[in-house]
Amino acid sequence: MSAIPSTASEIAAAVTAKRITARAVIDDYLSRIDARESEIHAFNLVMAQDARAQADAIDADIAAGRPVGPLAGVPIAIKDNMCTHGVETTCSSKILEGWKPPYDATVITRLRTAGAVIIGKTNMDEFAMGSSTENSAFGSTRNPCDISRVPGGSSGGSAAAVAAGFSPVSLGSDTGGSIRQPAALCGVVGVKPTYGVVSRYGLVAYASSLDQIGPFATTVADAALLTEVIGGHDPMDSTSIPLASPSLLPSVSQGVAGMRIGRVTDLPAGAEPEVAARLDQAFAALEAAGATIVDITLPSLSYALTAYYLIAPAEASSNLARFDGVRFGLRVNAADTNSMYGATRAAGFGDEVKRRIMLGTYALSAGYYDAYYGKALKVRRLIAQDFERAYEQVDAILTPTSPVVAFKFGDKVDDPMSMYLCDIYTIPTNLAGHPAMSVPFGTGAHGLPVGIQVLAPALGEQAMFRVGGALEVAAGGAQ
Amino acid sequence: MSDSPLSSIVATEDQMLEGGWELIVGLEVHVELATRTKLFSGSPNRFGDEPNVNIDPVTLGLPGALPMLNRQAVELAMRIGVALNCTIQPCIFHRKNYFYPDMPKAYQISQYDIPLNIDGFLELPSGTTIGVERAHLEEDTGKSTHVGGATGRIHGSDYSLIDFNRAGVPLVEIVSRPDIRTSEHAREYVSELRAILEVIGASDAKMEEGSMRVDANVSVHKPGTPFGTRCEIKNVNSIRALGRAIDYEARRQIDVLDTGGVIRQETRHWDDAEGRTHTLRVKEDADDYRYFPEPDLVPVAPDDAWVQAVRDNLPMLPAARRSALSALTGYDTRSEAIIVVVERAQHDYVQAVADAGGDAVRALIYVQQAFADAGPTPAVPAKDLAALTILERDGKLSATQAKTVLSELVENGGGDAAAIAAAKGFEAMDNSAVEAMVDEAIAADPDAWAKYCAGEEKAAGAIVGRVMKASKGKADGKVVSAIMQSRRGS
Amino acid sequence: MTQSGSPISASDVAKVARLARLDIDDAQVAHFTEQLAKVMGHFSDIDALDLDGVGPMTQPYPLINIMREDVELPCLDTDEVLAAAPASDERRFRVPPIIGLDD
Repeated sequence: MSAIPSTASEIAAAVTAKRITARAVIDDYLSRIDARESEIHAFNLVMAQDARAQADAIDADIAAGRPVGPLAGVPIAIKDNMCTHGVETTCSSKILEGWKPPYDATVITRLRTAGAVIIGKTNMDEFAMGSSTENSAFGSTRNPCDISRVPGGSSGGSAAAVAAGFSPVSLGSDTGGSIRQPAALCGVVGVKPTYGVVSRYGLVAYASSLDQIGPFATTVADAALLTEVIGGHDPMDSTSIPLASPSLLPSVSQGVAGMRIGRVTDLPAGAEPEVAARLDQAFAALEAAGATIVDITLPSLSYALTAYYLIAPAEASSNLARFDGVRFGLRVNAADTNSMYGATRAAGFGDEVKRRIMLGTYALSAGYYDAYYGKALKVRRLIAQDFERAYEQVDAILTPTSPVVAFKFGDKVDDPMSMYLCDIYTIPTNLAGHPAMSVPFGTGAHGLPVGIQVLAPALGEQAMFRVGGALEVAAGGAQ
Repeated sequence: MSDSPLSSIVATEDQMLEGGWELIVGLEVHVELATRTKLFSGSPNRFGDEPNVNIDPVTLGLPGALPMLNRQAVELAMRIGVALNCTIQPCIFHRKNYFYPDMPKAYQISQYDIPLNIDGFLELPSGTTIGVERAHLEEDTGKSTHVGGATGRIHGSDYSLIDFNRAGVPLVEIVSRPDIRTSEHAREYVSELRAILEVIGASDAKMEEGSMRVDANVSVHKPGTPFGTRCEIKNVNSIRALGRAIDYEARRQIDVLDTGGVIRQETRHWDDAEGRTHTLRVKEDADDYRYFPEPDLVPVAPDDAWVQAVRDNLPMLPAARRSALSALTGYDTRSEAIIVVVERAQHDYVQAVADAGGDAVRALIYVQQAFADAGPTPAVPAKDLAALTILERDGKLSATQAKTVLSELVENGGGDAAAIAAAKGFEAMDNSAVEAMVDEAIAADPDAWAKYCAGEEKAAGAIVGRVMKASKGKADGKVVSAIMQSRRGS
Repeated sequence: MTQSGSPISASDVAKVARLARLDIDDAQVAHFTEQLAKVMGHFSDIDALDLDGVGPMTQPYPLINIMREDVELPCLDTDEVLAAAPASDERRFRVPPIIGLDD
């Protein structure tokens, strides 16, 4: 038996070729979790026993000569907002504590079919609302690069799990940057696919028209492999694009020669100087690799934050109404049903969730719809039109993922607006529904990781992965 | 739902309520569609199962569940639209947000400002046209049972139990314009609508089982003044109750207004046993449903081919059936016989009797009178009934005799009318025998005869009765009348 | 939006909390009002935009007529579902008396 490889594709190849057993892989990763999870708190639940059983089943299949999938024996951590049949799914909220869904999310089914081994459910900002994982009802996750700092959020547990080596890959969800921002802060690759490429069936909704599931990985190739496995049409999701999953792995090593890469000249300010410097380096590297850098403008981009913080809370206020203490989850008893609702939801939701529910309720309420929600939907259109014009000139766009590197616990948690500004570069893509990814690209202040964001037009995943692959190569050379 | 524009329909003189008040009624009718599965998920749409068996993540509104629209529900909703002369348009779904324990997601997926069917109308059998504002798709709620307390009602109960089998069942809400001016028209509207829904296979439309639910918006005003404040009447569980509830509510509002009171906009509950409505809740500003476009569903835009196919495949509607029967029999489309027979969907049967050589008018009347419980396809073969109509038409049987034979046919599910008549000893009497009997009767009751001759038509009854008794019912009433008229010289 | 110049008042916050069925006390109302006012103060930036003739965008990817056939799919297990409920009785979900609610 050889040493345990560190990437998903290597693990699957080794397991499939019987150079190593899936059981040995999972035991190795579980021991890493044992060693450091108490420090990091990436997981709400480590499914040790279940994971070993899954691994044994894969090994049995291989021994019997049955075909196995492209992720055979690959451990994967799942953000705790994706339904796993019979396994606690909490969204890091007291209101769902102990809830065991009676069904699997589509992505879970696809991972199982591909031979992946689900190792645990990861911590997150409650209901995916936050940018630091400090809004978890079950305690914060620490950034493996510096445990005095946040891992970003809301998929902070999934980012930290990969950064800490607890699993080679993980799944997160991204509504306004919740995959890309923690990927940047933890120094891993994170991908938000085109809205509709990955099924949302079984993903506990935060903002339905913005949410999208995507992978974290240590390499761009692993992220491409994961996207291939979980992508593709799902008849259980009406907003799922009726296309087969795109072929992405070949793009990763294709290079960027001849590509036109956009530099946004009117990008909202606020990036730390070290972050801005890394972005300049990234452009230079791509140019050196044969791409042409084209200056573009996205004039409506500065309004994205406002549009997002009206649209997402509005949808959330409705999506989270089902947590009412009637059919599942927490109930605080009261004399009548209406009182029970108020008491249950007051006790079950944290402050950030309450803020967004109230904000969204207000934006939709009689007399305010046109001024807030209706207007935000129009701004959303403007932003999409800006991108449309830009993509007539370029194949992809580069921006920082986060304006800042990982910050200290408590720095922003009491000032919602400063926390919201963490997502200023990631939000516009969610509004447009386009794909975007964060690729680690050197370090910034305090030697902390910096992520560069690659944006591409709808269904432009291949172009995005070409650029991502080239940045990965350049980052390796730069360090 | 939304306020309708003022209706241009004005009550006729005889439709006005006393005191110069005019009744204004608009109806909101919810019908459950006859699909196999629910509107947004694959659980069965089935009535009467054990509680909470037809459930899935979507039905229960579990976290992560997503709706998937049922094509057949759209198809049936389009049939309703076409049958009600609506414009079918590209549409979207909205969320209507409110908390209630039988509403699993705490929002109902419905249609708001861009519904599937708009701007239609329904022509009542009596000839009045009632506007249909819209007919939109939405999902049904679960069912609550209130336990404890004295009445089994919501107030005073100890707790409630929820069954979600019905949650997610497809509904079409058909909203009339406020064009209805009498409770009779309201009944007629619902009755005609029910007939249409059955004919097109959209719903079994049973008010008693709740697959058709009617809410009435009722107000009164003096013509020439703005409409009055309306009250919404719920819990009307039969067509008869609808008429009673509207009449009661109109009376109540007029009494309030006549004594200087004001009508509050409120929802009122019809109590059929007490025969009155009472306040359920007062409409307040708190009704803030925060409608917004449902992000989990995409727009539906039926293409021309689909709409045309629905149009082409629509069966003959009740109005067309009445016209056909009218053409066949010469009766007015508004005659009771035609309305009743079409309501029972027995028009094809009447046509079949005529096609079998029968007398169409007699077929219509026989069916109306003797086939109330026979359903759309009576057991009596059309040719058997046809034979009976001919025997009567040709004077071989009197009307009374024919009726007796008809009862026998119905009882036996058919038979040879001539043989039955023969077995009963029915034979046509020749007119000279009848004439003799008439003369005998006149002689026996000269007073009645004198009155009859003086123009008192009612007095004829005594003479006719004597003839019938003497002939043991074999004499044809019409023949008797004709002989009496000729004797009187008129 | 409101006359005071603040984009959201304490009574607005109390009203939306009621609509959203979140029991919050007066101190929390004050706290949330301050935070939400600050956030919403930022939103006035879009007032400067000319949005005439711009259509609302409710979904990112333009799909249309996505429907399923009217075919039964397996149902959930009633026992499993009721076991996860806060309270059940007679194979139904049990809730406290329904008062203070519409209808």
